[in-house]
Amino acid sequence: MTDQPTGGELSAEGGHGAVPLQGVPTGEGVPAPEPEWPLYEVFVRGKRGLNHVHVGSLHAADDRMALLHARDVYTRRNEGVSIWVVRADAITASSPDEKDPMFAPSGDKVYRHPTFYDIPDNVPHM
Amino acid sequence: MNEHIHTTPEDEHDSAYSGLLVNDAHWAFGTDFEDPLAGVDTSIPDGVDAPVLAAYALMLGDDALVMSHRISEWTSNAPDLEDDIALSNIALDLLGQARLLLARAAKADASVVPALPEGSPAPPEDALAFFRDAHDFRNVRLAELVNGDFAEAVVRVLLFSVWRLATFERLRSSRDHVLAAVAAKGVKELAYHRDYSARWFVTLAQGTDESRRRLVAALDALWPLWPELFDTHAVEAAAAGAGVGVDPASVREAAEGVLDQVLAAADVPRPEAPRRAGVLGRTGRDGMHGEPLSLMLAEMQSVARAHPMGQW
Repeated sequence: MTDQPTGGELSAEGGHGAVPLQGVPTGEGVPAPEPEWPLYEVFVRGKRGLNHVHVGSLHAADDRMALLHARDVYTRRNEGVSIWVVRADAITASSPDEKDPMFAPSGDKVYRHPTFYDIPDNVPHM
Repeated sequence: MNEHIHTTPEDEHDSAYSGLLVNDAHWAFGTDFEDPLAGVDTSIPDGVDAPVLAAYALMLGDDALVMSHRISEWTSNAPDLEDDIALSNIALDLLGQARLLLARAAKADASVVPALPEGSPAPPEDALAFFRDAHDFRNVRLAELVNGDFAEAVVRVLLFSVWRLATFERLRSSRDHVLAAVAAKGVKELAYHRDYSARWFVTLAQGTDESRRRLVAALDALWPLWPELFDTHAVEAAAAGAGVGVDPASVREAAEGVLDQVLAAADVPRPEAPRRAGVLGRTGRDGMHGEPLSLMLAEMQSVARAHPMGQW
């Protein structure tokens, strides 16, 4: 509706990658919501996992509460042995505007992939 | 058990969740859908009176069942999504304990199980949960109160888990293999319930004037039912004497010590309200309950009672 968002007004909040913070139409006349707890991004390492994997996000008042909530929300089915939480506003994300300069140059450099080797079936995690 | 666990053959390396349920050896006992006590030695230890063991298991089971149902009433009503799930998890943990304990009671003494119509597929633990009236329940009265606000839930879970954890820590050495196994499993669950509620207790006490006011009001309201948790019923004395149960009076010092730590961290003084009297000296352990339990059971049991031949 107003100015198009620029690279400087983006946030990774919400766990969906960079999203614009300004120039986005919202419910006009609807009062602003109550201030919320900060958003945290949750990373879980599974029993046989090698590294922590992003599994989602949640709200919590502080770091410790975020860990407890992450335990309740994301490890209910015996998924994890370790949890990391980090405040979403502490994450710096690349912006969609930068997509081409960031990622396109690697698209035609197939020789960077180790696809010209035969990998034995018993080599894990490739 | 295998047929109940579904896994998808997706790429193991793409998801934190994939590949985690392929080997179900890590599932504890009590997750079998047919026999909750599968794999546990259910023989009655030498010198133990089976009716005493059954009555004692019913007490611990009813505590968990009634408390679980009250906490489950928070589902979809908690202040936010995350605490909604946290409270639901706590309710499910307690429901799992209830199922094992009621199954233990039925196995030890089949005469405690209400009679159902011939051919009813309801397992004994379900018959105990859904076909007994309030006066047959042996839960402490703290568990059955009508829910209040979130602060009340925090205080109730704290008092309940502090007490129950102290009990289960000792129950792990019960001569009854089932009770010992239930306690060993439950200690981990209750330790989390205690941690969750204690943190919220401190947070609310140290939060705003309003959160502290609500917390203190909840503590004052529940305090009269705290001493009842440490009363020794004749069944509990007999179970403790036989080496299968825990005398509640023996865990009072440990439980009070933990609670005092939480109160100190929250800077909340111990309430001074006197204990709530029983009716002619009878309390929850004697089957003396308030109206709220009858109303709760009416809702909880109505579907099962309407369909005693139902397969769930």
